[in-house]
Amino acid sequence: MNCRSEVLEVSVEGRQVEEAILAMLHTILLHRSSGKFHYKKEGTYSIGTVGTQDVDCDFIDFTYARVSSEELDRALRKAVGEFKDALRSSGSDGIGQISLEFYQKKKSRWPFSDECIPWEVWTIKVNVVNLANEQERQICREKVGEKLCEKIINIVEVMNRHEYLPKMPTQSEVDNVFDTGLKDVQPYLYKTAYQITDSLGTSVTTTMRRLIKDTLAL
Amino acid sequence: MDTDLSSQDKKDLDKFIKFFALKTVQVIVQARLGEKICTRSSSSPTGSDWFNLAIKDIPEVTHEAKKALAGQLPAVGRSMCVEISLKTSEGDSMELEIWCLEMNEKCDKEIKVSYTVYNRLSLLLKSLLAITRVTPAYRLSRKQGHEYVILYRIYFGEVQLSGLGEGFQTVRVGTVGTPLGTITLSCAYRINLAFMSTRTTAEDNGAAYPSVEDSQEVCTTSFSTSPPSQPAALGVGSADMGYPVIFAGGLNAVHPYQLMVPGKEGGVPPAPSQPAHGTQADHERMITCTPSDGALYSAATPSSSEDTETVSNSSEGKSGSPHDLLETIFVRKAGAFVNKPMNQTTMASLDIPFAMFAPKNAELEDNDPMVNPPDSPDVESPLQGSLHSQGSSGGSTGNTHDDFVMVDFKPAFSKDDILPMDLGTFYREFQNPPQLSSLSIDIGAQSMAEDLDSLPEKLAVHEKNVKEFDAFVETLQ
Repeated sequence: MNCRSEVLEVSVEGRQVEEAILAMLHTILLHRSSGKFHYKKEGTYSIGTVGTQDVDCDFIDFTYARVSSEELDRALRKAVGEFKDALRSSGSDGIGQISLEFYQKKKSRWPFSDECIPWEVWTIKVNVVNLANEQERQICREKVGEKLCEKIINIVEVMNRHEYLPKMPTQSEVDNVFDTGLKDVQPYLYKTAYQITDSLGTSVTTTMRRLIKDTLAL
Repeated sequence: MDTDLSSQDKKDLDKFIKFFALKTVQVIVQARLGEKICTRSSSSPTGSDWFNLAIKDIPEVTHEAKKALAGQLPAVGRSMCVEISLKTSEGDSMELEIWCLEMNEKCDKEIKVSYTVYNRLSLLLKSLLAITRVTPAYRLSRKQGHEYVILYRIYFGEVQLSGLGEGFQTVRVGTVGTPLGTITLSCAYRINLAFMSTRTTAEDNGAAYPSVEDSQEVCTTSFSTSPPSQPAALGVGSADMGYPVIFAGGLNAVHPYQLMVPGKEGGVPPAPSQPAHGTQADHERMITCTPSDGALYSAATPSSSEDTETVSNSSEGKSGSPHDLLETIFVRKAGAFVNKPMNQTTMASLDIPFAMFAPKNAELEDNDPMVNPPDSPDVESPLQGSLHSQGSSGGSTGNTHDDFVMVDFKPAFSKDDILPMDLGTFYREFQNPPQLSSLSIDIGAQSMAEDLDSLPEKLAVHEKNVKEFDAFVETLQ
């Protein structure tokens, strides 16, 4: 099965990095999260309810809707925060990318560890610009807001192609498809990773994994 | 092979589509209320949250949506539309967006209704949540308040996009295939936000909406979506009676042409047709008529103490002005900031274009030093005439300079009585300086031959002084 890959590129000012990336990641996860499954005896299941809330950006003229889940928000903010720190400490170029990968776990026999098979990867390429004065920053606020509107429309367009999605799992398989660790929502299994490009164009830092314990577990 | 829908599936599908339509309206209207929306996730299923999404149901909105649908479902040629418009406190309104839920004929017979269609409809609602925050009307709706409010209108039938202005853009939210057809959700939004008045008078209403009267299916109502902090009186207009809905306070309640379409249709007209456009255009003109325009027209009677610019403007304007303006009073004007009082002198007829440039009476010319300047040629630029004008209805009299304007030159900022030589006198004297002596004819009368003869002598003198010249050149380097 082929993994589909989508790339979103933005040029933002330093202060806008976090909000821009969170807006896109939350929009993706809104589409890739379900309510919590409750399996019943006959093999059927019922699904919990996903709430949404609007988030106003402080440094961008933009508002986005995200899943109402503090745990999910915290996890994403942590990942984006690490990416932003790495970006800042890397040097003056300010080019990097953060990726969100949805995967399925395929259980293997011992001694092999479980395979992670990605089925959808979103890559957000970020280019940080430096602005000289307040007027430029104001223009940047509006421009980045408009750009993010375009990105959201792109994301929605991809989502509505109704391409491959993992089959709805049985109770025993649900952890291979969904992240059941959150208490209020159930997103598809995902991991985040980032790369910072130095001035030579090669990637320097390596990736960071969210579900390390699952991948190492045998 | 029987590919027809089972009756249970058909029932389920109809239910899904109906509730999907209702939830779509809720999402759109709530996104235009001007507030941030927040609902909670719940891990235990409540059973009443359609599509596993926590979308609040505002009762009035559901009521109006159900009324618009009138028991029908979106089908081919029958779309459910939510129109979002902006209305200012002065009563001008403008359509911003039309959200369309349409059904086309492309069927997907293989798809599972109770499972795949349901989940895809849920995904489509999530997409709608995202897209409603992204169109231009969202930011407008967040800032609504005293200056303008956002209204919505639900109608069922044919999509009407003509009110969105030129160059409107469309964004497709998504599609879901079903065994009965493909559901498409899209939004057409206005790009050109330049204000167009869509006011219509009561008498226009009758003529403007024949299409509305013809279509029995169109049911229109309109409500304000202003935030609850405003003293809004959200009345529900009955479609049967068709009386207008009273909406948010802060607006002038007396708008007889707003929202009132008598008869079964009720509510806001979908799009103004030709007569209303005429009214629109008039209104546009009226709206854009500014005091500066008024000043132009009032300059026709410059008995007021307007400055010289107005006089020249009015004279230029008059060449195109209506012929009913026969006379004007030319005032002998002093330059700005000049102390001398103004005197009214003559009257001039408008029949002569640029009458202010016409030659003056002889009497005035004799007294005027400008007419017979001491030594310099009598060239007066017409620009000086713009500072003062003495027009006469008569023709020229004995003036050798028929083509030029004779003026009494009173430059700005000058005072006549302090210095023996004032600015004006100075200017006049030195305006035409004498020619350089070397260029005068007298010198030129000397023959070329004499010039050439004197050259060798001059050269010999210069050669003697070569060293001096060289030393000088070195100091320059």
